[in-house]
Amino acid sequence: MKNKKRTGQLLSAPYLVWAAIFILVPLGMVFYYGLTDKTGAFTIANVAAIMGAEHAKALWLSIGLSVVSTLICFLLAYPLAMILANMNVNQHSFIVLVFILPMWMNFLLRTLAWQTLLEKNGVLNQILGFFHLPPLNLINTPAAIILGMVYNFLPFMVLPIYNALVKIDPSVVNAARDLGANGIQTFLKITFPLTIPGIISGITMVFVPALTTFVISKLLGGSKILLIGNVIEEEFTQAGNWHLGSGLSIVLMIFIIFNMVISAIFDKNGEGSML
Amino acid sequence: MTKTGKKNAVKTTAQKIYIGLIFLFLYAPILTLILLSFNASRVRTKWGGFSFKWYVSLFGNREIMQALWNTLFIAFVASLAAAVIGTAACIAVNRMTRKKRAVVMGITNIPMLNADIVTGISLMLLFISFGFKFGLGTILLSHITFCIPYVMLCVMPRIRQVDASVYEAAMDLGASPLRAFFKVVFPDILPGVLSGYLMAFTMSLDDFIITHFTKGAGVDTLSTKIYTEVKKGIKPEMYALSTIIFLTVLLLLFLVNRPPKEKIDKQNI
Repeated sequence: MKNKKRTGQLLSAPYLVWAAIFILVPLGMVFYYGLTDKTGAFTIANVAAIMGAEHAKALWLSIGLSVVSTLICFLLAYPLAMILANMNVNQHSFIVLVFILPMWMNFLLRTLAWQTLLEKNGVLNQILGFFHLPPLNLINTPAAIILGMVYNFLPFMVLPIYNALVKIDPSVVNAARDLGANGIQTFLKITFPLTIPGIISGITMVFVPALTTFVISKLLGGSKILLIGNVIEEEFTQAGNWHLGSGLSIVLMIFIIFNMVISAIFDKNGEGSML
Repeated sequence: MTKTGKKNAVKTTAQKIYIGLIFLFLYAPILTLILLSFNASRVRTKWGGFSFKWYVSLFGNREIMQALWNTLFIAFVASLAAAVIGTAACIAVNRMTRKKRAVVMGITNIPMLNADIVTGISLMLLFISFGFKFGLGTILLSHITFCIPYVMLCVMPRIRQVDASVYEAAMDLGASPLRAFFKVVFPDILPGVLSGYLMAFTMSLDDFIITHFTKGAGVDTLSTKIYTEVKKGIKPEMYALSTIIFLTVLLLLFLVNRPPKEKIDKQNI
């Protein structure tokens, strides 16, 4: 018995040490820098800086764009996941693969490719012109950033919902139909509630990266549109004010923690996983 | 055709069109990049005719080749280390009490649920504060850190399915714990370890944000190289390289997935 305990400790020790050094300590550092000034004295000025006009504007814009993208992702993903779940593909891994495959082409290049597609004389406008439709001026607008977010994060919404749908026991749905529920009633009372863990997990997986991105806004939004991610990135790489950058990151983490708590409430058993 | 039959046919067609449109959306940028890799013109916006020249000059481009080796090296080592540490951690976590397990898994999930930018800057602050030398090493440590949760996500469900009594039976029959593990438990969890490894490899390969904050000057992966090229214009060799990578993976997946596909066809017949 004692021996068993020792093997357990031996196995868990490397990971626990690793997690402490590379997960917990770094997060502590962010809080330390965010809550101190250059002299090392405690201050909340770095966190309160989010109220400043420029930072608040960036934060609101980030929230707005990420909420819209998350909503669009959900509206596109749910029907898609339902169709895929009904297709009776014997290989579930194949579905996962189709959505993960694009990741093998570099994320920055894929996002940059949208420049070519959306530009004034880009592919999209040439297609529109062919049908004598007015051109769309999308590049360097918030709309292009939303498109980039939906494009990059849609798989993270589809996969958890798809997994939740596939797990539903068909006999439960059949029972509802036998008891006289019509298609819509069955969907609203049975299918949809059973997929809520998947939906919540999808929302978390899309909302957090969308809220905090600085790459998509830089590549598709031109240099004029600043999201909160861009502000933080510049504090670290150009302005060199780590204290302010950390303070603003703490604000971001508040949103992330809020998001995690919500997903923990709805998804107690970890059902809404991606795989 | 009956009325319901007709309705169903319309429905399936609509569904197929919808799937088609979504996949067009997901794969249009990839097609664009593949086309650009064959574009004789150096400018992205102009089509200068079909050419293989970027594929030739790619192999003479030292910087890109160096970035490629860095990327592959990091992805390979980081995902391997993550697979070993993550699998050992899963076995250990599975033996813990419920409460302890919840705490450890909560910490494990932090890098996956947290924003990449926060993970990136937190590691950057750690490396600066403790005097790490920025370079391949710091990128590796960071990648291992964010890869472990993906491995554990894949391995954990497998570990839970393993019947503990089988392992104990092997030990009762005289096997050492290590031998019992590799003969009895490991084959059962291997698929999970493999998919975790692949997932970690993919995530490492595609990562930009965390690498951006934890790399030193002069060390580049493909992602960070592309990022610095954005302003000057992407070198067309980059399109050629990413096309090669993508098509290689596609081919590999096709080869790996062929046998089960045939099985399905037979079942349908």
